[in-house]
Amino acid sequence: MNPLDFTTEELDRLFDLAVDIEANPAKYSKKCEGKKLATCFYEPSTRTRLSFESAMLNLGGSVIGFSDAGSSSASKGESVSDTIRIISCYADICAMRHPKEGAPMVAASRSKIPVINAGDGGHQHPTQTLTDLLTIRSLKGRLGGFTIGLCGDLKFGRTVHSLINALSRYDDITFIMISPEELKVPDYIRDMLTEKGIAFKEVISLEDVMPELDLLYMTRVQRERFFNEEDYIRLKDFYILNKQKMALAKDDMLVLHPLPRVNEISVEVDDDPRAAYFKQVQYGVYVRMALILTLLELV
Amino acid sequence: MLNVGQIEQGYVLDHIPAGKSMSIYHHLGLDKFDSCVAIIKNARSGKLGKKDLMKIECDINSLNLDVLAVICQTITVNVVKDGEIIEKKLLTLPKELKNIMKCKNPRCITSIEQELPHIFYLDEKKEIYRCKYCDEKNHEKF
Ligand SMILES: [Zn+2]
Repeated sequence: MNPLDFTTEELDRLFDLAVDIEANPAKYSKKCEGKKLATCFYEPSTRTRLSFESAMLNLGGSVIGFSDAGSSSASKGESVSDTIRIISCYADICAMRHPKEGAPMVAASRSKIPVINAGDGGHQHPTQTLTDLLTIRSLKGRLGGFTIGLCGDLKFGRTVHSLINALSRYDDITFIMISPEELKVPDYIRDMLTEKGIAFKEVISLEDVMPELDLLYMTRVQRERFFNEEDYIRLKDFYILNKQKMALAKDDMLVLHPLPRVNEISVEVDDDPRAAYFKQVQYGVYVRMALILTLLELV
Repeated sequence: MLNVGQIEQGYVLDHIPAGKSMSIYHHLGLDKFDSCVAIIKNARSGKLGKKDLMKIECDINSLNLDVLAVICQTITVNVVKDGEIIEKKLLTLPKELKNIMKCKNPRCITSIEQELPHIFYLDEKKEIYRCKYCDEKNHEKF
């Protein structure tokens, strides 16, 4: 499942459901009674797995699964197709994370139960994108009509690419891409924006554009992505969000981050009401609850 | 023009870019075919200067010609039945290709699960094929 496989209307229905879940959690607390979610994680990702498990438990369902390939039969050479056939007998829905690109798609094509892609290598991580969209929609009240800054490693960051792709379907959004020269967005993203006539600019300094932003999506700049140490040292502070930089921003600007952060957002920003990255985690649970209900056809 | 004789039923592939006929032979799996195949290489052609030509005697429902468009869209496909050309097929790039090229992305699930079919879909905007599993571009040349 790719967020772009949903129409914007289908996404709206999913987000409306998530909003209703947030407002009336009790109404949904028994919806999945007797249903089981299997979390099949061929590589560890504790945060994503816990988010799925928490979502299912909030719905009154139960959870089974494994959290790394070593503890599953994959280490004995069992194929994803065989694994999912077996899991289909144990559970009603599956969330799969796999280091190889396309593995959840293979599983979905052989499965009797719905399979949610919980991340496949550097390829896709659709529930993160859904989380980002729901967070923006809930906190800004709309998807569209804003200027969003995307800051950090824009070359290798898949969450940024799929967020840009997903947002490009909404109206009146200006993208400001903030990154060092070496870590600019790939050509295909630039081509796509140009083709659709979407306003964007690419800058190096975060500070310069802070006053323009309605949203700031931060990502990590990893040391190993740089060609040389001097560049890293020269640029790394450029992309650390702190109180001084926040002082330049609008009063209602929001800061998002897919987490985990390392040092790109200074902890002093955490208490700023504009810091939305921990709320984002909560929205991640709501959107996964909505997705589970939708895929199990319980709404 | 060299005459290799009429065929009763099958295909005559004309206007093949010179030198590509062996690639077609291979990709259509004709090496595993027991029927009559004639290949003419480097025939003179007004349009292309030189061209290849192939005649394949076979049941016209038994060959999947999808790969031809991928090799070259200008190949002319003449369908022969009872010794006569009954149809000239226009080649269009198929939406999906199965087991014609292999995905070479080492991060793709097909790299570790050998029994999976290699399926590519057509990225219509760019006229290239991408792996159905990992969306990586096909780099294989024909
Ligand atoms: Zn692939």
